[in-house]
Amino acid sequence: MTDKGLQLDDGSRVGVIGGGPAGSFFSIFLLDLAERMGVDIQVDIYEPRDYTRPGPVGCNMCGGIISESLVQNLAAEGINLPPTVVQRGIDSYMLHMDVGSVRIETPLQESRIGAVYRGPGPRDLKEIKWGSFDGFLQNLAIEKGANVINQRVDEILWAGDLPQIKIRKGEPHTYDLVTISVGVNSASRKLLANLNFDYEPPKTTKTFIQEYYLGEEKIQEVMGSSMHVFLLDLPRLEFAAIIPKGDYVSVCLLGEDIDKELIANFMSSTEVQNVFPPAWDFDARSCNCSPRINISGARQPYDDRIVFIGDSGVTRLYKDGIGAAYRTAKSAATTAVLQGISAEDFKEHYWPACRKIEIDNMIGQMMFMVTRIIQGQQIARQAVLRMTANEQKKADSKKRMSMVLWDMFTGSAPYRDIFIRTLNPAFLARLVGDLAISVTGR
Amino acid sequence: MAIGDLGKVYQDGEEIICEGEQGNCMFVIQAGEVEVIIAGEGGQEIRLAVRREGEFFGEMAIFDRDVRSATVRALGEARVLTVDKKNFMRRVHEDPSLAFRLVETMSRRIRELGEEVARLQKAE
Ligand SMILES: Cc1cc2nc3c(=O)[nH]c(=O)nc-3n(C[C@H](O)[C@H](O)[C@H](O)COP(=O)(O)OP(=O)(O)OC[C@H]3O[C@@H](n4cnc5c(N)ncnc54)[C@H](O)[C@@H]3O)c2cc1C
Repeated sequence: MTDKGLQLDDGSRVGVIGGGPAGSFFSIFLLDLAERMGVDIQVDIYEPRDYTRPGPVGCNMCGGIISESLVQNLAAEGINLPPTVVQRGIDSYMLHMDVGSVRIETPLQESRIGAVYRGPGPRDLKEIKWGSFDGFLQNLAIEKGANVINQRVDEILWAGDLPQIKIRKGEPHTYDLVTISVGVNSASRKLLANLNFDYEPPKTTKTFIQEYYLGEEKIQEVMGSSMHVFLLDLPRLEFAAIIPKGDYVSVCLLGEDIDKELIANFMSSTEVQNVFPPAWDFDARSCNCSPRINISGARQPYDDRIVFIGDSGVTRLYKDGIGAAYRTAKSAATTAVLQGISAEDFKEHYWPACRKIEIDNMIGQMMFMVTRIIQGQQIARQAVLRMTANEQKKADSKKRMSMVLWDMFTGSAPYRDIFIRTLNPAFLARLVGDLAISVTGR
Repeated sequence: MAIGDLGKVYQDGEEIICEGEQGNCMFVIQAGEVEVIIAGEGGQEIRLAVRREGEFFGEMAIFDRDVRSATVRALGEARVLTVDKKNFMRRVHEDPSLAFRLVETMSRRIRELGEEVARLQKAE
């Protein structure tokens, strides 16, 4: 089946199904690298969403946090996120627990994290003040030379060895390589029915996002430019955050099949009520959705002339999905231009990047298990709060717990790095000390 | 600073990098301009370059372990984003092509320096 030696040459055609972050990143880097190598490639991106329209038609449903590491990596790539797309530069986060709240500042007092909307904004948006993040990336892909076809792909067919893309009312188009970046929220079974290899889609679980209009001034007054993170003792809740944007805030719940009961328990908790303006009407939402999120990666996300990237391939557990889309998209693009487009090439040069993310996710699973234990034990919550608060008070102290929490919640570092830092003897000694204070009450 | 601005704003004349200090990051200009200066003989300042929006500076700290070779100050208000050495090197290890732009910029600067040396020799 595999044929090492399949290459992209002058005049090769690449079809990209799905123009979310993964599809756009792939197109940008493929075209950039091809140009550097002096190869002329044509790229068609098939994407039905219109990123100029508010609400579901222009939105790929997510919390909209562009992690610190992604902001930096993109800057190094020459992609600087402008304030016309970034609705708020996040400069700190507030950790809320039943035992109290603590504010953690970003390293160097710099706005290092971007809060964006994937489309222009929620359903009831009256005035478009900021552009869509996905639209921004799509425009960069167009500037690089990609052609966007505003259509949903119905089927992948084959013309001999070559894959074809078919939209509902149209003739199939033949490509040398088809990249699949359809995410996990709207792909149909029919689309992948003609793929005759061992691909198995990622496993997913349901999440919840709700948007509220507060207005820029009110947000500044009650939330500032902090991301608000909650460690509450609510069963099945893995992670909860309130993310301030320009005029709106996003409430984001991740965990095991988030349902109405869990949402109601979260919204009615004192910790959440305290973050919103007094007597806030929680029913007055602007938009809500229940997108799916990956809890495991896809099996064999490649074959001859086919590669899956972003969420439909492998992504990071719970955090920095857009950062993972950048990593897998770039790895697939580099492989396609510099190595080849056979299953062998993808296995040798693309799959290791996916495996690295998967192995890190296993460590992440363990870290989230520890977080769950902390969530369930008041003594542990008190110790974490005390240790963090003490670090934040002292300007010159080593902020070990603060940085562990920061990276854990913002997705800015690999889970492996965070885990290694928690094994540091100084970190453990401090934590044991603070646990002892919680137990003895002194 | 507008609410959607990333990085940190430096006021006109404010120092971003100080010659002789240890560095563990580079910077990318998000808005405005900065000047690169070294202390010449007799203490007077020599302006080596002006860097503009989208350009890097302080990139040598990523590759060598020496102290900062020049001072960098904001020219007017400038907004600058830090790229941490650790984050950058971690990513370059995974994807060496991330360094393309940096290497491209550095080679362009070396070429410009070469031209400058030739110009100065001619002038002597
Ligand atoms: C609740 C929640 C919160 C999250 N918060 C964050 C966060 O704060 N930060 C972060 O980095 N990540 C976050 N993520 C993860 C992030 O959303 C994903 O990792 C990211 O969107 C993956 O990008 P993608 O391009 O692979 O897929 P998507 O963004 O899902 O894009 C897929 C695209 O494919 C298109 N498509 C689908 N089917 C077809 C078809 N048949 N034909 C043509 N086009 C098609 C869709 O229209 C869509 O535009 C969150 C996820 C969830 C569920």
